[in-house]
Amino acid sequence: MRVRLHGTRGAYPTSSVENQTYGGNTPCIEIIEGSQRMILDAGTGILEIDFNRDYPENRIDIFLTHLHMDHIQGLAFCKPLFTPGKEVHIWGPGGSSEPLINRLNRFLSPPLFPIPLRDIPSKLSVHELSEEPFTFGDFEITTKFISHPGPTLGYRVKSKSRTLAYIPDHEPIIGKEHLYSEDEWVSGFDLALNADLLIHDSQYSKAEYPGKIGWGHSSLEMAAEFCSRTQAKRLILFHHDPAHPDTFRTKMYEDFVRGTHYSFPMELAVQGTEIEV
Amino acid sequence: MPSHAIELILSRQLADCLSVPVFIVDPRGNLLFYNTPAEQVLGKKFEDTGPMPVGDWGSSFYPHDEEGNPIEPEGLPLVQTLQTQLPAHRTFWINSLEQKSTRISVTSIPIIGRSKDFSGAMAIFWDNELHL
Repeated sequence: MRVRLHGTRGAYPTSSVENQTYGGNTPCIEIIEGSQRMILDAGTGILEIDFNRDYPENRIDIFLTHLHMDHIQGLAFCKPLFTPGKEVHIWGPGGSSEPLINRLNRFLSPPLFPIPLRDIPSKLSVHELSEEPFTFGDFEITTKFISHPGPTLGYRVKSKSRTLAYIPDHEPIIGKEHLYSEDEWVSGFDLALNADLLIHDSQYSKAEYPGKIGWGHSSLEMAAEFCSRTQAKRLILFHHDPAHPDTFRTKMYEDFVRGTHYSFPMELAVQGTEIEV
Repeated sequence: MPSHAIELILSRQLADCLSVPVFIVDPRGNLLFYNTPAEQVLGKKFEDTGPMPVGDWGSSFYPHDEEGNPIEPEGLPLVQTLQTQLPAHRTFWINSLEQKSTRISVTSIPIIGRSKDFSGAMAIFWDNELHL
């Protein structure tokens, strides 16, 4: 299993020269095993995907964690949606009083966007996910609602050989320094349990977090504690704050690492990298 | 043990922040969590007991009416919510740890999350003689 990080930035895309180390695109990753590919989230990172080369078949599936703008804004310029003959399936969280397609249409319609969803030239299908496991090609997928404002899913994707957990926006405990001691009370625990790779929200430093309680994101410390508790084998620290220059983010990470003694490898997510799981 | 549904987890996080007793039960009435103020009602600490079967906690605070007659379980809001999956409310008396009869109001609500599954219920005990 390989994972390509097309967008690692949280909140909003940035083209600042100070944000070129970790990249300016908002969340989108691709999971690849053999000829099987899976796109998770549709931030501006999705625009990095070469659909002509990597998706020659007519059908494209995009799996969304939630509908915050940084996770869907790439949809508006995603070429397959505007290519007649293409069949695009968007999967995302159900659990709202409003159908997923209506929620997407709020963004993909005037006045925010010139073309309403119903006029998009591809054949579009929108599917609501809850917490039922399902298969997508060779991948076995588990989704769970997790702690983040609005209906938000985390994903566990299992291939024949490896398991990846993708939880890009997550505040597993709100306003406390540590997770509950009982595993069953930890949001997202089952998704990440013993995963070979965990991609997890880590937007804040420990010092920043008290000013951001309830905003739905983790500190570096919380992400690492979550990884340790779930015994995931490797941690990719995701969802970088675009308000910080990357030099600041690097120092934040180095300060954090100096004070920890976790045995699993971890690193800051870098846009454009491909990770062998 | 699989983790609880997110609506239960967030209910516990809310309960942790409240100054009134809160009890969270699963659909069978097993007590999954009670907060620190609720420890005063039960006379037990959650850290010591962990989750409790309904038989171990359901009558431990001796719910009764004004004349001291015991209230059967089906007359209690939390039990009603478990049976109907609807909110319930009632004012009655319980015995405090010091065996003092205390008038309380109990509000219970069903916990039904985005998956539409009934995950359990949460009961909030209001001590009518206590001014917060």
